[in-house]
Amino acid sequence: MAQIWKHLKSAPPTAIFGLLVIVVYTFVAFAAPILAPYGEYEIVGSQFELWGEGFILGTDHLGRDMLTRLIYGARNTIGIAFITTCLAFLIGGILGLLATTLGGWVDMLLGRMVDVLMAIPILIFALLILTITGTSQPVLIVVIAVLDSTRVFRLARAVSMNIVVLDFVEAAKLRGEGTWWIITREILPNSLAPLIAEFGLRFCFVFLFISALSFLGLGIQPPTADWGSMVRETATLIAYEDITPLLPAGAIALLTVGVNFVVDWFLHKTSGIRDDK
Amino acid sequence: MTSKGGEKGDVLLEMRGLCIEGQSEDKWNEIVHDIDLTLHRGEVLGLIGESGAGKSTIGIASMGFARPGCRITSGSIVFDGMDLRTMSDGKLRRLRGSRIAYVAQSAAAAFNPAHKLIDQYTETPVQHRVKPKAEAEQDAIALYRRLRLPDPDNIGFRYPHQVSGGQLQRAMTAMAMACRPDLIVFDEPTTALDVTTQIEVLAAIRDVVEEFHTAAIYITHDLAVVAQMADRIMVLQYGDLVEEGDAREMLANPKEEYTRRLLAVRSFRKEEEPPAMADPPLLEIRDVTASYGGEVVVLEDISMKIGRGRTVAVVGESGSGKSTAARVITGLLPPIKGSVLFKGEELPASYKKRSTDQLRHVQMIYQSPDVALNPRQRIRDIIGRPLEFYLGIKGKRKTERTRELLQMIEMDPDEFMDRLPGELSGGQKQRICIARALAADPEVIICDEVTSALDQLVAEEILKLLQRLQNELGVTYLFITHDLATVKAIADEIVVMLQGRIVEQGPKQDILTPPHDPYTDLLLSSVPEMDPDWMDNLLADRAARKARGEKLMETGDQ
Repeated sequence: MAQIWKHLKSAPPTAIFGLLVIVVYTFVAFAAPILAPYGEYEIVGSQFELWGEGFILGTDHLGRDMLTRLIYGARNTIGIAFITTCLAFLIGGILGLLATTLGGWVDMLLGRMVDVLMAIPILIFALLILTITGTSQPVLIVVIAVLDSTRVFRLARAVSMNIVVLDFVEAAKLRGEGTWWIITREILPNSLAPLIAEFGLRFCFVFLFISALSFLGLGIQPPTADWGSMVRETATLIAYEDITPLLPAGAIALLTVGVNFVVDWFLHKTSGIRDDK
Repeated sequence: MTSKGGEKGDVLLEMRGLCIEGQSEDKWNEIVHDIDLTLHRGEVLGLIGESGAGKSTIGIASMGFARPGCRITSGSIVFDGMDLRTMSDGKLRRLRGSRIAYVAQSAAAAFNPAHKLIDQYTETPVQHRVKPKAEAEQDAIALYRRLRLPDPDNIGFRYPHQVSGGQLQRAMTAMAMACRPDLIVFDEPTTALDVTTQIEVLAAIRDVVEEFHTAAIYITHDLAVVAQMADRIMVLQYGDLVEEGDAREMLANPKEEYTRRLLAVRSFRKEEEPPAMADPPLLEIRDVTASYGGEVVVLEDISMKIGRGRTVAVVGESGSGKSTAARVITGLLPPIKGSVLFKGEELPASYKKRSTDQLRHVQMIYQSPDVALNPRQRIRDIIGRPLEFYLGIKGKRKTERTRELLQMIEMDPDEFMDRLPGELSGGQKQRICIARALAADPEVIICDEVTSALDQLVAEEILKLLQRLQNELGVTYLFITHDLATVKAIADEIVVMLQGRIVEQGPKQDILTPPHDPYTDLLLSSVPEMDPDWMDNLLADRAARKARGEKLMETGDQ
């Protein structure tokens, strides 16, 4: 714990900014019902009311409070993105490590399967599947997680490739250890740093991807509040020189930047890059 | 551009009160303390010491340079009347490569693999406008010939991966010579080479340095090598000067205790010879042929027997198949034909098919302890795992046994139990590897080059430890090594390998006393000795025998 504090103290301002953004977002996501002035789906005024008293950020096309929707949006968008990323890492990470540890035909088979999945543009593929399966939240999560796990697989395989050839892994194999032990005790702890960094980046991609899907109408479905669909719903306001549609877009952008700052710092720390000055 | 002014004997390089700091974590620690160094024109100065002695750092500082993570904090570096510390970067750049050159330890890593050797040679003289490219190429070929590289007219037009390690090291020496510098810094140029190759490179380096009256700083950890090369020697330890003096004088009459220890380093000999084996061999390899797929056979019809409680050393140069033999025994590489027998019983070819007990009986210690220990596991877990896995020892008994094992390898349990491998020195890590092997309570331990990544004094400690453990526990060793000094120290029996075949095998005394097989002779005679005249005598002897028409074994690198 003390060590974490020490690391935090030496963090560059960008990383501290990033951490702050993440903390605030997480807080907002958890405390949404307390923070939000109205209910998530509640129609409280007339359409497209201006910023002002009662509705700090105005209302949307159905007359729901914009601030409330933004706050609940944090909960939905971030929550789903987080679960999806975790699932993607579980699938991709385990398969990637299995591929390197077992090698041979397992590696070959998994590798080619991933190649096939990666050969199809991810957005089009997702649209295709979601059109067939419908857009319930669990389906959305699984589809995006599977598609994204291909990237995780590639990274996990590449990282563990360099570790599996080291003598201590050979020593464990010669000792007679099983595959599970070798993966979890020998390889995983040594490939964790790049994977965690990738987790941050992946989270951003998934998050943007869900927002994009929502914007196209195939992501998180109304009336659930979500930043991507909020941009679409209020898009007409742009024509009237109102910046309200940019608020959810800005929320997306800010979190993405924040997470990337933290990831950059983390990568810099773990890779041991030293400034030559 | 190169001024060859100045007579031999003039001072070329002078360092006064040199201090260098290195960064670790976020702190700066002084790693070189107040070193004075004087080098005259045409003189070869040997810098010797173990790793961490600061010898490379000092060598590089003679070019006015400090590695990333290091900084020169005080002192002066005066090269031919110019202070390198106050000089501008542009001026330094003009100096480096043209008047001061550097030869790195690993030529394979120092060459750019994407360019031909001769293009890399001509880069420096063209850059420094010493010679036009065509002239530089002619010069390169002449130097390649001078350094006795095979086919000097064409070798330059090959890529680095197409020539052997020893040849690369000579090509790099030629490269350093390109602008006929006044000073060359050689940083362990032969450490990564086989002994038979090393002697060729040493002879070549010495010849050109003498011919062009180049001054040199020769950095090495091997006193016997420096004895052949240097006029004067500086012994360093932990960034301090221990002793400095004329090479011959120091070797004959070392003043400091540390120098004496370095000189005596290869004197360790196994005390008693166990009786010759009467029992059936503990481990036997029968007619093994192996390959890594494809046409090339790495091992051909290898047979050897290892008796209980004996130490069998397998010696050979890189590519001789000695490590492959170990892989066959451990089951990592199932052979194409032949078998491995343990106590007369055939072991399954692949380790995956062996029983836990069969695996337990044959343990392995690796060459580089840095990668043989999982950096994320604590010492307690590293040693404790085989105890639990093989012997089912758990809980308090596991802790007790781990402590015992640590005491056995002469490490304090209280201090080391909960450390990570990254917090240990190289020698300590290797001790942990030994403890891990011992934890399995094995019959045979395969030691694959266990001392070659360690400093000499540390390596000797490890050998003594292994010997003591054998005396106490009766464990059998299969020692795989390229280092004949190790073999002489610890072996009962020797197996000499060359290109996947066994050249000769038998008890140590038989192998080490003449008459030898020609290859064994080459191998034995190539091990450097402390005698400064050793290389001259050896080369003269080899030349004379060749002149008499005796057929000599060619060194692998010609």
